[in-house]
Amino acid sequence: MLSSHGEIRSFGDEKYKVVGTRPIRHDGTDKVTGRAVYGGDTRLPGMLYGQVLRSPHAHARIRSIDSSKAEALDGVKSVVTAADLPPTASDEMVDLGEGPARVKFMRDNILATDKVLYRGHAVAGVAATSPHIADEALSLIEVDYEVLPPVVTVLEAMKEGAPLIHEDLTTMELGEDTDKNSNIASHMQHTLGDVEQAMAGAHLTAEFEVHTSSVHQGYIEPQNATAFWNQDGMLTIWTSTQGAFTAQRQLGAILGVPVARIKVVPQEIGGGFGGKIPVYLEPVASLLSRQTGHPVKLIMSRADVFEATGPTPGSYIRVTMGVDSSGKLVAAEAYIAFEAGGYPGSPVFAAAMCVFACYDIPNCLVDFYDVVVNKPRSFAYRAPGSTHVAFAVEKVMDELAAKLGVDALELRIQNAATEGMRRSDGIVYPRIGCKECLEVARDHDHFKTPLEGPNRGRGVAVGYWFNIGFKSSVTASVNNDGSVNLVEGSTDIGGTRTSIAMQFAETLGLAAEDINPSVGDTSAIGYTDVTGGSRVTYATGWAAYEAAQDVKAQMLKRVAMVWEVEDDEVEFDDGVFRHKTDASKSLNFKELAAKLDDTGGPVVGNGSVDPAAGVGGSFCVNIVDLEVDPETGKVDILRFTAIQDAGKAIHPSYVEGQMQGGSVQGIGWGLNEEYFFTDEGRMANSSFLDYRIPTTLDLPMIDTVIVEVPNPGHPFGVRGVGEASIAPPPAAIACAIKNAVGAQLCVLPMRPDRILAALDEAGDRVSVAAG
Amino acid sequence: MIERTLGDMGKIHVQCVINGDEKEFLCEARESLLEVLREGLGFTGTKEGCNDGNCGACSVTLDGVLVDSCLVLAVEVQGREITTVEGLAIADGLHPLQQKFLEHASLQCGICTPGFLVASKALLDQNPDPTEHQVRHWLAGNLCRCTGYDKIVRAVLDAAETVRS
Ligand code: FES
Ligand code: FES
Repeated sequence: MLSSHGEIRSFGDEKYKVVGTRPIRHDGTDKVTGRAVYGGDTRLPGMLYGQVLRSPHAHARIRSIDSSKAEALDGVKSVVTAADLPPTASDEMVDLGEGPARVKFMRDNILATDKVLYRGHAVAGVAATSPHIADEALSLIEVDYEVLPPVVTVLEAMKEGAPLIHEDLTTMELGEDTDKNSNIASHMQHTLGDVEQAMAGAHLTAEFEVHTSSVHQGYIEPQNATAFWNQDGMLTIWTSTQGAFTAQRQLGAILGVPVARIKVVPQEIGGGFGGKIPVYLEPVASLLSRQTGHPVKLIMSRADVFEATGPTPGSYIRVTMGVDSSGKLVAAEAYIAFEAGGYPGSPVFAAAMCVFACYDIPNCLVDFYDVVVNKPRSFAYRAPGSTHVAFAVEKVMDELAAKLGVDALELRIQNAATEGMRRSDGIVYPRIGCKECLEVARDHDHFKTPLEGPNRGRGVAVGYWFNIGFKSSVTASVNNDGSVNLVEGSTDIGGTRTSIAMQFAETLGLAAEDINPSVGDTSAIGYTDVTGGSRVTYATGWAAYEAAQDVKAQMLKRVAMVWEVEDDEVEFDDGVFRHKTDASKSLNFKELAAKLDDTGGPVVGNGSVDPAAGVGGSFCVNIVDLEVDPETGKVDILRFTAIQDAGKAIHPSYVEGQMQGGSVQGIGWGLNEEYFFTDEGRMANSSFLDYRIPTTLDLPMIDTVIVEVPNPGHPFGVRGVGEASIAPPPAAIACAIKNAVGAQLCVLPMRPDRILAALDEAGDRVSVAAG
Repeated sequence: MIERTLGDMGKIHVQCVINGDEKEFLCEARESLLEVLREGLGFTGTKEGCNDGNCGACSVTLDGVLVDSCLVLAVEVQGREITTVEGLAIADGLHPLQQKFLEHASLQCGICTPGFLVASKALLDQNPDPTEHQVRHWLAGNLCRCTGYDKIVRAVLDAAETVRS
């Protein structure tokens, strides 16, 4: 019971000394004693406090803003609006490392220009000597709105004649601008083979149609930013961000300032899950600081976090799949429409890549739509888009299994994606671990233990997420006691300093404790993309491996110098430099480090990588047992197992942590998390009390099995594991509910009232035996 | 014309004990204990997650009773004793709860950790041998979005064993 070490099933045969162990994280003591400094903990001399005025309307035109009364309040130092931001050409783009973004949309999301597009949209910022005074000042700012009708669901927004959210937005149809005004920002398509013909020839088909609500990343630390715009024109930002360099680029574009004049200092970050990639408060804090000459700190209220920061989109999805008489999938078709929120750019593209990623299907058609609605601009949330589509696809797989009269897990194994398969978006898989995860599930004690009792059911589902690769930098400085200071550019949200340091240590035969890892600000380390896309342990770990190779090469030259031999007479193995032929000559890393001062000075190694995206990726399988109360519709999770391919787990405890955390987010999404919108487009549950994320009391222990199918595209075989675990839980829960009580759930979340309604529909409110 | 603010009614002098040391401060009547701890006194180990009593990140004990410091007005602590996360470690090292949280990898981002530690200590102070269900029940007011709670619950049970022995 007390051990928190889960099971590991390895399909690789490499042996390591540091990789795969469970050292205590380097920043651990500071985080259990309260000493670690998070963004909100920033305190600077002369610091002012800011607040942001937000729109009470979901859709309105701003006629005028009068801040004179607020400015006159004692203690108020400055009020800013969109008029204080430099104008932006409507077609200017900025590369944020995760693809280009339109600066005008980013800027308008920071401070609304002519229209507010969702309730909570920022309109003005205030700086004052205390947060309370700033708060009072907000109520003195007079905004004259012309209220417009809102559109808050994707299908409404797509209708002909729906109120237009952007009068000048035209639909991109399969990459061509149609010049047609609409809320549909784009319609895209992936095709593989000939779906029409294959579907017509299928032995059996099943179709499922689902709706999902907006859900929030729900990180516990609200967005925060402290800015100081110095008199010399240098802007420094202290913030909790998933990517200091991405924040720097966004700020440069929005404020019209060269990035050379902006330093972003990433503070410790209290969760992000995708939601702390975009900047929100940073530009406002910057403007307020420039106007006042003081540092200004802004922290969002929890209600603002819900109403104004990126939820994951609500969606409408329809999936049809067909099998031949042997159960082999022959055709699959999906229609996916995502709510982008106030500005285009939902993760529907990723959803379309994930939708059929778990299966080998020769004929696919995926139609997908990015649609604007009067909701906060949606942003990435853990495996963006994958959870939505897994819910639909996995329900179809269960339906097909039922129609074929075969076990649903066996049907998944039969059709599992494997190396060499072409996905519907064209990617051909290298070595992946989808089938291995499914087989480990089938052989797991959980799956083999019969589930007994009334109203109980078991569900199984699988989900996928990529490793996005991207750029990372690491610098390593060898100290003369043989320890190494490692600076890396990825903000550490879940123990990655340690997993990066471990890869460095492994390469040089050092111990994890010999490395002092830290996260550098934008002036201290090379460009590094965001902490996201399951990329940090994978790509920044790889950069650490490269930095270690650089250190090794430099150290080897020093050994040659000490021994007065040629470089190629020296070899390095397991932390020791040896002469290839003279066995009397050897020096370990620490002994050599002590000689650096006399052999040419410090050794500093660098590593930077930009691995190709799409190598490998990670699959996660869930087995869930639950019980439905047929009187109330409440679901209790009885047992939950997550099985995920980690390639090679660098620090297994933190891999398990990612799996458990993602699983529980998926459980929350499946059972109770959602934005409730009134007809006026107002979020009615913008607190942690009413937007209820899972608590300790809602859950059992989350069992894990780490499957290790080494990633051919990484020196240690690592696959990023941060995201795939959120994809399968809602689907697995829906399948389990069906098996428990026969109720067919096709709307997320699967709230008690929806379960009761589905039970009514199934014509069956009495207990049925577990299946 | 300069408008006057609600804060202009003068500040109130408060004396209390924080982590065993006497402290005094001036605050406005509308300021919460959380605000004064963090912004006024620099005890930033106590975190703000919601400022409305729903996440437990701001947990402290007040005369030994677990409270959300965002729901306590600073003026209410006159003459009382407060323990924050900064007061958990003992002279010769970490509290067993802190040590077990590290060993079990019970934190990812760590923003919820101070609250969980303070709340767990309050539990063990009154029940040194809790069951898993009792731990889950007691900690249901502390939200963690990263871990799924599994490793937190295990660490608390393990720490309880250490505390008992
Ligand atoms: S900040 Fe006090 S309970 Fe959340
Ligand atoms: S560790 Fe991040 S909220 Fe708990």
